[in-house]
Amino acid sequence: MTGFLAGAADYLPILMEGVVLTLVVTLFSVMISTGLGFVWAIMTWSRIPVLVWISRTFITVIRGIPIIVQLFYIYFVMPDIGINLTAVQAGIIGLGIAYSAYQAENFRAGIEAIDRGQIEAAHSIGMTDWLVMRRVIMPQAVRIVLPPFGNTIIMMLKDSSLVSTITVAELTRQGQLIAASTFDNMTVFTLVALIYLALSLPLTFLTRHLERRYSQS
Amino acid sequence: MISVQDIHKSFGTLEVIKGVSFDVAKGEVVCIIGPSGSGKSTILRCINGLETYNRGAILVEGTKVDPTDRSIIETRTQVSMVFQRFNLFPHRTAIENVMEGPVYVKGIKRNEARDQAAALLEKVGLGDKCDSHPGQLSGGQQQRVAIARALAMQPKAILFDEPTSALDPELVGEVLSVMRDVAAEGMTMVVVTHEMGFARAVADRVLFLESGTIVEQGPPKDLLRDPQHPRTKDFLHRVIHPME
Repeated sequence: MTGFLAGAADYLPILMEGVVLTLVVTLFSVMISTGLGFVWAIMTWSRIPVLVWISRTFITVIRGIPIIVQLFYIYFVMPDIGINLTAVQAGIIGLGIAYSAYQAENFRAGIEAIDRGQIEAAHSIGMTDWLVMRRVIMPQAVRIVLPPFGNTIIMMLKDSSLVSTITVAELTRQGQLIAASTFDNMTVFTLVALIYLALSLPLTFLTRHLERRYSQS
Repeated sequence: MISVQDIHKSFGTLEVIKGVSFDVAKGEVVCIIGPSGSGKSTILRCINGLETYNRGAILVEGTKVDPTDRSIIETRTQVSMVFQRFNLFPHRTAIENVMEGPVYVKGIKRNEARDQAAALLEKVGLGDKCDSHPGQLSGGQQQRVAIARALAMQPKAILFDEPTSALDPELVGEVLSVMRDVAAEGMTMVVVTHEMGFARAVADRVLFLESGTIVEQGPPKDLLRDPQHPRTKDFLHRVIHPME
């Protein structure tokens, strides 16, 4: 135990550098996936055939390819066609795009849960599609979407470890580096696991709280 | 005020409206009766631009109703609609439901809209339910809120799509009496209904629709008491004496 604590004191400052990158990657990829996911959901909801086709095809393709392969593609293949991204940029964009497909399905479920009759009623008092979305659909869809949205963020926090495979020195990658040089696998990976847990627990509690709150109303 | 001119409407290969024409004058109350699937509701939905039509024209105050054009917004602020299933916004209180159109579509100030909405809820007998959510109201109360929501737009006409068909029988009366009051104030109304008593008491004209065409029309005292067409006779007989 004293060995663990001594090791922890040595490794934590380095691991914390990784934590910063983990949080940066998670935060920005959540933003991208949310924005993009919303766009796909609106395109599907629009019922305009070409938009529906584009979004459905995109979602199907993205969901059918492992995220790690998508990351490799963006980081290693894109430079061949002249798109050079840093590892962090590639990681954020890759995770953001990959998860936008899952976010889109969450949002779509929320939007489609709103009774069509309400939308007609809103149209019948002269609301534009945009007003209907803002005043009728969104306020109700948010309640439905929040719990799965929270879960998605937790998954994205954990899956940000995938960007370690394209050389981003986030938490998992820092752990690997320390472990490789000290052979103190036990201490290092226990710490890494505990840090992930510490980061995800608040999100888990928040999600549960939201679920409880919105299941009542 | 509303002019329906030879409209045709198909869902796929099924033609549900086969050339219907009628005019509704300002202040007139027109009831549309007929069997299920005869196209009654579809006609109302076409007037409000919730459905497209394939042929013919619908004019509201001389403007063609075209769901694909921006003018539909203006048309809808002139012609409100009350639905069979109320379609209130469940996340907003009764008064917020009524204020929604005036505030967000017409741009009326919140305070002003709130006063107006409170007065309208008072008028439909729900002055004490302003802050209730639709889920806390009975079907009859919800439908009265929906009527207040339609009135709040200060429309030139209101379309009622079977407004009492989803209600428990003991709640039908309160909704019909509010509708009668609205009609008495000179509102132009088109009402799809199975309530023959209401048609007889309030309508200026009744249209009998079957299989997408108007079979017969006239003042209620003629059409309901002494129908000329055998299909009208048969329909009314079955509605009034369902057990025979």
